[in-house]
Amino acid sequence: MATSKVTTANFDEVVLKSSTPVLVDFWAEWCGPCRAIGPILEDISNEYGDKLKIVKLNTDEESAIAIKYGVTSIPMLNVYVNGEVVKTIIGAKPKPALLKELEAFI
Amino acid sequence: MIRDLVIVGSGPAGYTAAIYAARAQLNPVLYEGSVTAGGALMTTTEVENFPGFVDGVMGPELMESMRKQAARFGTELITDDVVEMDLTGEIKTVKDGSGNVVQARAVILATGSAYRHIGLANEDRLSGRGVSWCATCDGFFFRDQTIAVVGGGDSAVEEATFLTKFASKVVLIHRRDSLRASKIMAERALNNPKIEMLWNTEVVDILGENKVEALALKNTVTGELSQRDFTGLFVAIGHIPRSELIVGQIDCDNEGYVKVEGRSTRTNLSGVFACGDLVDHTYRQAITAAGSGCQAALDAEKFLSH
Repeated sequence: MATSKVTTANFDEVVLKSSTPVLVDFWAEWCGPCRAIGPILEDISNEYGDKLKIVKLNTDEESAIAIKYGVTSIPMLNVYVNGEVVKTIIGAKPKPALLKELEAFI
Repeated sequence: MIRDLVIVGSGPAGYTAAIYAARAQLNPVLYEGSVTAGGALMTTTEVENFPGFVDGVMGPELMESMRKQAARFGTELITDDVVEMDLTGEIKTVKDGSGNVVQARAVILATGSAYRHIGLANEDRLSGRGVSWCATCDGFFFRDQTIAVVGGGDSAVEEATFLTKFASKVVLIHRRDSLRASKIMAERALNNPKIEMLWNTEVVDILGENKVEALALKNTVTGELSQRDFTGLFVAIGHIPRSELIVGQIDCDNEGYVKVEGRSTRTNLSGVFACGDLVDHTYRQAITAAGSGCQAALDAEKFLSH
């Protein structure tokens, strides 16, 4: 399944109340490393989307949530289980390294 | 199938090598890197000194153009990482992150450099929690805050100047009493009312529980220790060559830069050429990297024709 966009308006419903783990990709248009991992996250979502939902949050458009979760560096990937952050990955990483970090969820 | 040429790395050096090699009918394959494609210029903003661009050009845009130009002449671009190389034999093998192996008679190394770390215990722990190596990526999150930049070269000055767009104050910490950066950039920073210079000063520790709260500083002249509150620290103290995959099989100097013969790009291994920031402690510019990428392709072409 392809990744989808999440906003302040649906963050609660899509992320915090999800019954499956959700990975939120905090990213922005002007961030080169964010754009570099975009296709990798699409791949992972297509392969493992049934186990781990992947959504993208644009930190320019939704800065309140980015601030709330203490984002100071992007790309930042947070995995939420039952509304809690259980894993944070900071910085762009190659696909094998990301898969290894996400092992517990896929 | 044994190919003529594999190019590893995709900054100005790698793409320029590919443009020349593809035009010379060497059918090169180029490994771009899965997240590092485009190289160091991908995290810069405006490049004002690349000849031919009168009004400047954005770093990522310049790299996208070089990539397209390499592709236009038939370079096979692979967006994956090289994880293993055997360069010692007559036929070289290069293995990528997906497990594919490419064999070739010649290899051009253009893997560039990585950010140098200060080497403090708390640096990695607070990385992404206030400690950053990329102003263009992370500056946005320090709006109206007081942040520090450490370093004194072009990249430190450029980052400090860029960060004033967001931060209320940027303190540039440098261990000497003058900047190493080019005059025009240094002046721009020194005249910026939001930038404060902290000369003869070293960062000796980064303090904070879950995020950066303060820096412990040491005066390099008097030895005096002090502490000052900051919410962010941008590290811009230079680079280290990315030669980790090849040290041990190829001659490098004691800092890890690959050694080349005279003004050529020839390494001590027959059929292996090196260019760009991987061999260059001195100039480290987009244009010099591109120039040496061109040389590497010409050297490889000559080698393959024998």
